[in-house]
Amino acid sequence: MAITVATPGAVFEATSSAPRDRTFLLMLPSLAMLIFLFLVPLALFFVRTFTEFDGSTAEFVEQARDLLLSQAYLTALGTTNWISLIVTVTVLLISYPIAYYLTTAAGIGVHVVVLSIVLPYFTSIIVRTFSWMVLLGEHGLVNDLLLAAGLINAPLSLTYNRLGVLIGMSYVLLPYMVLTLYAAMRSIDPSLLRASAGLGASGFYTFRRVYFPLSLPGVLSGALIVYILSIGFFITPALMGGQHDIMIAMLIDRALEVAVDWPSAALMSATLLLVTLALYAVYYRITDIRRLIGAR
Amino acid sequence: MVGPEPRESQFHMVEMDTVLEQRPTRAVVAGLVTPAPIARAGGSAIELRGLTKRYGEETVVDTIAASIAPGEFFSLLGPSGSGKTTTLMMVAGFVHPDGGTVLVDGRDIAAVPPQKRGFGMVFQNYAIFPHLNVFENIAFPLRARHWAKDMIEARVSWALELVQLTRFADRDARQLSGGQQQRVALARAIVFHPPLVLMDEPLGALDKNLRFEMQVEIKEIQQRLGMTVLYVTHDQEEAMSMSDRIAIMNRGRIYQVGPPGEVYERPANPFVARFLGEANLIEGTVMAKGGEVARLQLPSGQELRALHTNSCVAGRGMLFIRPERVEIVPGTAASGDPGVNALAGNVRRCSFLGNILRYAVDLEGAAPITVDLQNAAGVGPLPTGAPVVLRWPVSNSLILPAEA
Repeated sequence: MAITVATPGAVFEATSSAPRDRTFLLMLPSLAMLIFLFLVPLALFFVRTFTEFDGSTAEFVEQARDLLLSQAYLTALGTTNWISLIVTVTVLLISYPIAYYLTTAAGIGVHVVVLSIVLPYFTSIIVRTFSWMVLLGEHGLVNDLLLAAGLINAPLSLTYNRLGVLIGMSYVLLPYMVLTLYAAMRSIDPSLLRASAGLGASGFYTFRRVYFPLSLPGVLSGALIVYILSIGFFITPALMGGQHDIMIAMLIDRALEVAVDWPSAALMSATLLLVTLALYAVYYRITDIRRLIGAR
Repeated sequence: MVGPEPRESQFHMVEMDTVLEQRPTRAVVAGLVTPAPIARAGGSAIELRGLTKRYGEETVVDTIAASIAPGEFFSLLGPSGSGKTTTLMMVAGFVHPDGGTVLVDGRDIAAVPPQKRGFGMVFQNYAIFPHLNVFENIAFPLRARHWAKDMIEARVSWALELVQLTRFADRDARQLSGGQQQRVALARAIVFHPPLVLMDEPLGALDKNLRFEMQVEIKEIQQRLGMTVLYVTHDQEEAMSMSDRIAIMNRGRIYQVGPPGEVYERPANPFVARFLGEANLIEGTVMAKGGEVARLQLPSGQELRALHTNSCVAGRGMLFIRPERVEIVPGTAASGDPGVNALAGNVRRCSFLGNILRYAVDLEGAAPITVDLQNAAGVGPLPTGAPVVLRWPVSNSLILPAEA
């Protein structure tokens, strides 16, 4: 919280003429970029859907309904949400201990962990996905090791199926969860944990009644971020999934690339965007974003 | 973090409101609630035996020893970095001592983890759980001990009433003022009737008036419950007004232990004398030690007489006299009374401090002496440069060993 110590002159100035804040001008370039490179094309995309459609409004509504209630779309919707849910839970379970370790530990270990989480972040998602395919393939490193160790007799099918999608997506989304949780955990006052122990609470009780509830905003934020990113995922499920792992983004891609059916693609994109915005609204309500990025 | 300024500004209004509205509620509640579960908890005897803590090369706590009687209010008083908080944390179990032990009722608790020691704790920043309301904060130690629901309710109501927060039970802890948070922290520390309550500068963040109010309240509760309190503070007035005994710490060691009056009137060394308030320390050479009284020769050749401690030996020494014990008389006439020391000097400055007038008096060949005079009716300030005689009874001054 900033407490400004104003000189008498400054106070006089502030009260005599209304302070004119011009700092918003700094946002203009990025705002222009956002509007002209994202919002306008997006709007045009949806508008074209309507204008290029030759038929009455009633026909449009009917076709839209047919599409959105089609077996393919509903299956993809179910698959998308189910995969997103499992990925979110998996990522949360893996990230929580990592983030906790980062907040408590010191020294070289922290740097190693941070680097191994953040470095892949700077690598292309396609490269990372292909790496996983190399690792998880039928004759990949994982299967070779397991076979050599005598733990399995035949190669496990770790990719081109649901498991592959889950592994790949969880890996890609891990940093978002770890960093979000880390920010939330960093803001937990360590003296509260000491107070809890000092007042007779066991380690587990302290975690259950103090630490976890206080980390909950981070858990919710991280889960929402991962979920929002998951439902729009394309590359990883496309490369690592099997034929039953069709997610909505892949359906949109197919409508555009294969069927060249722009209205359907636009319609599905719009529904995806709506779900994302709805989730983001929830996210916005429960999270102070400025605090998450370190502002106080 | 919320800075102290905004908190302070809200304070007085909220507190006034509390004081005005709380008292009747308290009476009503006292009539309604069934008799408090246990009125007196009783305290444990604590013994610190050669406690030592080192951080690297530095010894922060150096073989500290103290015995604290059951029901005693014992303060560790010292400047920052004196090792008082580290000592407290070793008793609490959060800091592992490099040497020595803590005995509770004769039992060594070295191997007992903090959560099993069963002490109450009040932290400097209160450490109120922000996600729990006032009731749940206070109920926390009881729930952690898996108490029955009705027992918890009865005991928390009792504690709420004790700290006059009954009205605030459902309040979000974050909405409380600093003084109210302090009360919650206190209630939470005593709700399970711990045999020992540890307090680490609990009033450090409060403004002066509220501090005094809370001092009285904490002391009252401690006496009512008969609990043993180990209290850490750097504020000598706070330590003196609350404690049964004070241990004055510096550089990881206890310099002196005793009741407030004793450590104030008969400090063991110049550090203690200065730390507990204004002190005049007049340097000189200790001459003969005859019986209770010793003689100190000033560089000017004048001789002063004072009581002496056993630790003081012939050689360099200091005469200690509190400013309020010195009488200031205009003129130059010396006293012939052997029971009174007298020194001539000139007024250097007179500062008006409200209830007292503080004089600085220049002496020949010695550092100026501070004299406090009650701002009584008819006492006018003496002009600068006026010749005066300073007089004080021999029995009110003490010869201390010179600082090493």
